[in-house]
Amino acid sequence: MRMFEFQRPENTTAAITTASKAKTAQQGADVRFLAGGTTLIDLMKLEVETPERLLDINRLPFDKIEATPNGGLKIGATVRNSDLAHDQKVQRDYSVLSQAILSGASAQLRNMATTAGNLLQRTRCMYFRDTAMPCNKRQPGTGCAAITGANRMLAILGTSEHCIATNPSDMCVAMAALEATIHVQSAKSSREIAFSDFHLLPGNTPHRETVLEPGNLVTHVTLPPPKSGSKQVYLKLRDRASYEFALASTAVVITIANGTVNYVRIALGGVGTKPWRSAEAEAFLIGKAPDHASFRRAAEAALHGAKAQSENGFKIELAKRCIVHALETAVTG
Amino acid sequence: MATTQNPPTVSPIGRDTVRIEGARKVTGVAQYTSDFHFPGMLYAVPVGATIANGRITSLDTAAAEKMPGVHAVLHRGNIGKIFRSTVQPGFEGICEERRPPFEDDVVRYYGQYIALAVAETFEAAKGAADAVRATYVTEKPNVELHLEADNDPDTVMTSFGPRERLDSHRGDPDGAFASAPVKLDYTYVTPTETHNPLETHATTAIWDGQSLTLYESAQGVVNLRGVIAQMFGLPIENVRVITKYVGSGFGGKLFPWTHCSLAAAAARQVGAPVRLVLSRKMMFHAVGHRPRTQQRVRIGATPQGKLLSLQHDYIYQRSMLEAHHEDCGEATPFHYSVPNLRVTFGRAKRNIGAGADMRGPGAVPGLYATESAMNELAHQLKLDPVQLRIMNEPKIDEGKGLPFSSRHMIESLQLGSEKFGWSKRTAGIGSMKRDGLTLGWGMAGCAWLAGRFAAAASVQLRDDGTTRVACATQDIGTGTYTNLAQLAAFKAGVPLEKVEVALGDSSLPPGPISGGSLATPSIVPAVFAAGDAAIGSLKMVAVSTPGSPFLGRNPDDLGFENGRVFAKSDGVAKGVAFADVLQRANLRLVTGSGNSPMMFGDPDAKFSTHSFGCHFAEVTWQPEIARLRVSRVVTVIDAGKILNTLAGRNQIQGAVVMGVGMALLEHTSYDPQNGAPINSSMADYIVAVNADAPAIEVHFLDYPDKVVNELGARGIGEIGLAGIAAAITDAVHHATGVRVRELPVKIENLLA
Repeated sequence: MRMFEFQRPENTTAAITTASKAKTAQQGADVRFLAGGTTLIDLMKLEVETPERLLDINRLPFDKIEATPNGGLKIGATVRNSDLAHDQKVQRDYSVLSQAILSGASAQLRNMATTAGNLLQRTRCMYFRDTAMPCNKRQPGTGCAAITGANRMLAILGTSEHCIATNPSDMCVAMAALEATIHVQSAKSSREIAFSDFHLLPGNTPHRETVLEPGNLVTHVTLPPPKSGSKQVYLKLRDRASYEFALASTAVVITIANGTVNYVRIALGGVGTKPWRSAEAEAFLIGKAPDHASFRRAAEAALHGAKAQSENGFKIELAKRCIVHALETAVTG
Repeated sequence: MATTQNPPTVSPIGRDTVRIEGARKVTGVAQYTSDFHFPGMLYAVPVGATIANGRITSLDTAAAEKMPGVHAVLHRGNIGKIFRSTVQPGFEGICEERRPPFEDDVVRYYGQYIALAVAETFEAAKGAADAVRATYVTEKPNVELHLEADNDPDTVMTSFGPRERLDSHRGDPDGAFASAPVKLDYTYVTPTETHNPLETHATTAIWDGQSLTLYESAQGVVNLRGVIAQMFGLPIENVRVITKYVGSGFGGKLFPWTHCSLAAAAARQVGAPVRLVLSRKMMFHAVGHRPRTQQRVRIGATPQGKLLSLQHDYIYQRSMLEAHHEDCGEATPFHYSVPNLRVTFGRAKRNIGAGADMRGPGAVPGLYATESAMNELAHQLKLDPVQLRIMNEPKIDEGKGLPFSSRHMIESLQLGSEKFGWSKRTAGIGSMKRDGLTLGWGMAGCAWLAGRFAAAASVQLRDDGTTRVACATQDIGTGTYTNLAQLAAFKAGVPLEKVEVALGDSSLPPGPISGGSLATPSIVPAVFAAGDAAIGSLKMVAVSTPGSPFLGRNPDDLGFENGRVFAKSDGVAKGVAFADVLQRANLRLVTGSGNSPMMFGDPDAKFSTHSFGCHFAEVTWQPEIARLRVSRVVTVIDAGKILNTLAGRNQIQGAVVMGVGMALLEHTSYDPQNGAPINSSMADYIVAVNADAPAIEVHFLDYPDKVVNELGARGIGEIGLAGIAAAITDAVHHATGVRVRELPVKIENLLA
C-alpha cells in the first residue's frame, strides 16, 4: 500500500470540490471517495488502486432509506448492504434486492459495504488484481492475460478482445431488474442515470467502467414504485455454498395475468462485463405462457450473443438453467 | 498430612477432554510466531520473481535502499554465506528445497525469492520490496498439466533418501491382467493443492553474534534447528527454535523453507531481530503444495469380483531441483488381497516450487485413485462396493508379508453400512430422491500408516502436587498440549489442571515432528518412561528421607498409584502423596527422562502397522441448476485407542470437510503463459466453508494397538482425509451418472 492523504470533508460541497480536481474518476484515479472500503482498501493493498487522496464520505448525510413521493424508495449512498438487505420495505416490496445482497460476500463485509460502493465494485479477475500481470483494464495497452489464461470465472456477455472481466456484484443485478436510478451530484448540477446506462461495456476502453466524471458523487439510488403482485427471485449459482462470487446468477421480477406473462425483468450476474439486463429475454416472454418451454426459449434469447473463452463455455448453459429455474421458482413459489 | 494432592476421579485417557490451551487461544493470550515483539525488531518482505523460468540479468535496488526506514535490501551480492543442508540420521536435516536463497541467478519457479527488503516497519519493507526492479531473460515456463514421466533412473533420490521407482511387485501383474476375465483400466488425476493454513508462514530471527534464535511457525522444531545449524555453519547448540502455537500447517510447515534462512541471514546482516511473515499470495509460491498426480490403475478380476491383479502406475509433478516424493502407492500393496501386483512411479519436472507433504501425502491422492477404481469395478460387475471390499479383505499385509498389528476393516465396513443405512441404497443412477433432490450414495475405504518416530520427554513431580511434562514436539492445533497433559496426568496420578506442558522449543528433550499422524503414538512411550523414571527417583527420596514413613525400605518394595507412594505390603490406602514426600525432603522436584525408540521403516518389523476405516457419503443433486452438495458423511475409523475422543472426532470431522474441498473445490491453477499460481488468494483458491460442511458422524472402533505403544494409541490426523474423495465421487456418479476421474469435480463436468 502506498502513502495517501486521508480527508474527511465537512460537507458534500467540500467533498465534490476536492474530487473535481482529480484527473479521472476511472481506473487510476488520484482521488477516491471512501465509503465502506471493502473494494477500495483491498485494491490499495494490492496497489491496483493507488490514490493520493481518500475523501471519507461516511459522515455525509447519505445513510437513510426513505420512501419517495411517488411510492418508490430512496437509498442513500452510504447505507450499508446489511441494513439495506434487512430493511422491512425492501424485504416486502423489493425482495429480489434483499435476496441478492444476502447471497453475496459475508456478514462482516456486508456490514461495511455500502450502496454506492457496491455499484462501483471492481472485477475479481485475477489478472486485474495482480500488478505483475498484463491487464488492459488496470493498465491500458498491456494486453489481456485472462483471454489466454485462467478465465473460468470470467464473462461471456459484453466482452471485447481487450477485456473479459466480470462485474462481480450481486446487488447490481437486482437493481438492474428493478430499474433503479442512480443520482449523481457534481459541482454545478445533479443528474439521474438509468441503471442500465451507468456501467460501460469494456470495448477498447476497459479502464472506463462507469459514466462517472471527476467530482461526481453518487448520493443515492432510487427504486421505482414496486410492481404490484410481482414475484421476485434472485438465484445465484457457484461452486461452494457460500462466500463465493457467482458463476451465474439471475434476478427476475415477473407478473402473470390471465395465464400469460404481462411484465418481466430479467438481469444476469457473473456472466457479463456489466450487470446484464436481458431485453431480448424480457421481450420474448411478454404474452407467453409462464411454462418451462417459454422460459427455456427466453434463456436462449438472453445468452444468444454469449462468447465462450477457453474455460468458461459451461457458463452459457449454466446461465440458461439459472434463468429458467429462477423464473420457475418465481411463478410457482 | 497428605492433603496437598487429590487424585483424579477418572482416568484422563480415552475420554472427551477439552483442550487445555483452548482458553489461551480464544482469549488471545496465546502467542503465535508473529505475535512476538523484540526491541529494535525490523521487518522483512521478500521480493519474488515475476517469471517462472529464466535468469536474472540485473537487479536494481537503489531506489528501494533510499526509501525512508529501509535498513537493507539483501540479494545475492550481499546476503552473506548460506550453506546447503543435507539429510542426517533421524529428523535433523530434512528440507524440501535445499537450494539456499539467492544461490544463483536462475529462476526456476514463479515467486522464487530474488531479494529481501528489511525496514523499520512492515509498510516500509513492503514499499521497498515493491520498488526493487529486476530484469530477466525469460523462457517459456513448463507448467503443462498432462504428465509424462521424465527419463529417471530406476532409483531416484528423494527428500527422505533413495527410492526405487518399482515400489512394490509380486506375482505376474502384466500376465494376470492380460488374461483376466474382467478388466478395468482408468487414469485418475488429482490437482495441485495448496496448504493454506490460516496462519501464514512466519519467522522471527534473532542473531547475537554467535547464536540464532528462531521463532517459527513450524511442525518440527528439532529438524528445523538441524537444518538451520547446517545452513549457517553453527554448532547445533547455538540454534534454538521456538514454536509455541501453530495456526495449523497441514504438512506445509513440516520442514523449513527458504524464508526461514532468509530471515536468519537478514538478522545476521543487519544486527537486529528480523520478522518475516509471508503474505497469502506467497503461500502459493515457495512453501510447498500437494503435487499434481496422474495415476493409472489397472485391475484384473474374476466375474465374481475376486481381484486377480492390481497395477498402480503413477506420475507426479515435481520442481526443477527438488525431490519431494509423493508416495501414492503407500497403501496399494496391502489394502486388498491380490496375488499379482505392481506399483511404480515416475516424475515430471515443472517450473513450479518444491512439492511438500500435505495432510495424508501420497496415500490421500493414491487411495482416491485405487478406491475409485474399486468402486468402478463394483459398478461394472453390479456388485455392492462394500461386499466387493469384504470379498477381497487380506489376511496379512501381502506387500510386506507381515501380519497386521491390528486391522478391523470388515467391522469398519459393517458398522459404517449400518450407521449410514447403506442397505437402503438402490443401485440405479439417480434412483434415490428426497425432498425433490436426487441423492447419490458412495463409499470408500481408507488407510494410513502407524508407528513411532524417536522421541524423548521429561516428566517432573513437584512439591506443590503439580507435574511438568516437556517434549520438543509441537501442537499444530490438533491437541498435542492436551495429549501430553493427559499422559503425564495418567502417569503422575494428578488431575489434568495440575499438569504444566512445555513443548515447541528445541531446547527441550527432542520430540517428533508433527507429521505422519505419528506425534501422538511417538510421545506415549517417552512420557511413560519419563514418568516411571521420575517415580523411581521419588521412591529413592521416600526411602532415604529422615521422618519418611518409608525410611530404610527397599525402593522396590514401594508402589506408586494415584499420585501416592505406598509400601506394597501396606496397600495404597496408606500411601503418601508425592508432594508430601518431596516437601519432607525439602525438594522442589524430581525429574525423569524417557525415550521412545524409532519404529518407522524398520526392516526387521514383525508387524504391518496401519490405521484403517471407511467413509459413506451422501450428495444431493439438482440437475436443473447443476447444484451438487455433500449432505451427509458417516466415517468409521480404526486407529487404536483414541486418547482424546473430543479432539479425535474433531480431527476426523475437519478431515471430512477438507475432503469435501478435495473432491469438489480445491485446486491451484498455474497461468499457462507465465507460470504464476494465479488463484493465489482465499477468494480464488476455493476451500470448503462452513456452509459446505455436511452432517458428519464419526465412529471409532477403539481397539488398542499394543504393537505401537503401551496404550495402543495410533495417530488420527490424516486418515480422515484418505478415501473421502473416492466416496464422494462415487456418490456423484450414483446421483448423476457422471464418472469424474479428475479432481475436483466441477459444475462443468456435470452440466452435460
